[in-house]
Amino acid sequence: MTEARQIIIIGSGPAGLTAAIYASRAQLAPLVIEGEPSSNSDQPGGQLMLTTDVENYPGFVDGVMGPELMVAFREQAARFGTDYVTAKVSRVDLSARPFGLWVGDPDASDPTYTAEALIVATGAKSLMLQLPNEERLLGYGVSTCATCDGFFFRGHEIAVVGGGDSALEEAIFLTRFADKVTLIHRRGELRASKVMRKRAHANPKIEFLWHTSVIDVLGDKKVQSIKIRNNETGEESVLPVTGLFVAIGHQPNTAIFKGQLDMEDSGYLQTLGTTTYTNVEGVFACGDVQDHRYRQAVTAAGSGCMAAIDAERWLEDQAASRH
Amino acid sequence: MSEKITNLSDASFDEHVKSSDVPVLVDFWAEWCGPCKMIAPVLEEIADEQAGKLEVVKLNIDDNLDVTRRFDVMSIPTLILFKDGEPAMRIVGAKGKGQLLQELSAHL
Repeated sequence: MTEARQIIIIGSGPAGLTAAIYASRAQLAPLVIEGEPSSNSDQPGGQLMLTTDVENYPGFVDGVMGPELMVAFREQAARFGTDYVTAKVSRVDLSARPFGLWVGDPDASDPTYTAEALIVATGAKSLMLQLPNEERLLGYGVSTCATCDGFFFRGHEIAVVGGGDSALEEAIFLTRFADKVTLIHRRGELRASKVMRKRAHANPKIEFLWHTSVIDVLGDKKVQSIKIRNNETGEESVLPVTGLFVAIGHQPNTAIFKGQLDMEDSGYLQTLGTTTYTNVEGVFACGDVQDHRYRQAVTAAGSGCMAAIDAERWLEDQAASRH
Repeated sequence: MSEKITNLSDASFDEHVKSSDVPVLVDFWAEWCGPCKMIAPVLEEIADEQAGKLEVVKLNIDDNLDVTRRFDVMSIPTLILFKDGEPAMRIVGAKGKGQLLQELSAHL
C-alpha cells in the first residue's frame, strides 16, 4: 500500500530536523525518513551522532554533546506532529508529481510513499581512503569513529589521516587514550580552523607528518602498521601504529538522485541562487547534501529552515493556482 | 528494555554463552557510544521476534574488559554470534534491522 503525504523529508541531521520543526509548525504533518543505524556518519541524527562536545552551536554556553543535541532536535519536531520512519530510501521517482519514494525493495511496482513536496537533507558520509586492506581491517584498528573506538587504544600509538577540523578534533580527542597520535596530512598546511590548529599544535601527544599519504594498512588480524609515502620525495616507509583513524572528508549522499536532480561533478546537489530550489519543481535541498563550503550544524539547520519555508510557500502557490 | 535481553559480565559470560540451547548474539556496547544507542532498539525488536531461535545479550565493555579483550573487540558496536559457545560470526559497526537479520539468517 502506498502512503500519500503532503511533504516528506529525507534525512534527519540538523537540516532535515529543522525543516521538520518548521514544516510541522506550519501544520504540514511532515514525514521524516530518517535513515538507518550506521557507523559512518550516514545515520539517523547525522554526523553529529559521532561527535562529542559541540562548542560552536549557538545557545549552549558550555557546549553540548552532539548526540544529545540531535535527540533534542528530534523531540522538538515530534512535539509539533512530525512522523518518523527508520529506514533508507532506496529509490525516488521525481519525473511526475506526486513524487514516488521507495523504502526497501527498489523494484517494487508501487512506491512506499508519495509526496507533493520533497525536502532532500541526506547529508554526507565519511570518505574512506580506498586502501587495499582498509575494508578488511575496519573494526580491527581501522576506524571512522574516534568517539566509538578511541577507548580501545589506551596506551597505544595511533595515526589520524586528514587536515580539516574533524581530523584535528579526532586527534585531540584520541590523546585522552593514546600515548601518541600522529596526524598525517598530504599537504604542508592544515585546512582546519585556527582555533583547532592552535589546540592541536599545543598538544604534546600529537605529532605531525606533512606531505604524507597513507598507501596501505598492514596487519594479519589487527592493524600493526601503516605504509606511508612522502609526497615530495616519493620515499615509502612503514609507521608502526595499532590504529588508523580516517577523517579525510565527506561525500554527499546523492546516489539515489543521479539523473534526476542536477548535481556537481562531486555529487553535491545544485540549488537555485540563494534558495533551496532544485531543478525539479517541488523538490528542495538543504544541509550538507548541497553545501560543500560551510558544512556546519548551524548552517545546515539554517538551510533546513529555508527549505521548509520554500516548500510551504510552494505548496500554497500550488493550492492557490488550482482554485 | 526488552525483558528477553540479559546483561552479562566477565563473571557470568562463559557459563551463560556455553549453556544456551540457542545461538547467542552478544552486543558489545558502552554508554558513550552513539551508534550503540542507535542499534539498541533494533536489538530489542530482534530479541522479541527471534525468541526461541536466538538469544540476545549485552556486555558493557567498560565494566567487562576481560571478555572484550579475549574476543579482540576494538570497535563498538560489535556483535558476535556464539553457537555452542564458540564465535560463529561477527558484525562490526551499526547496521539497520534488515541488514542485521540478513547477516544473521545464514546462522539461525
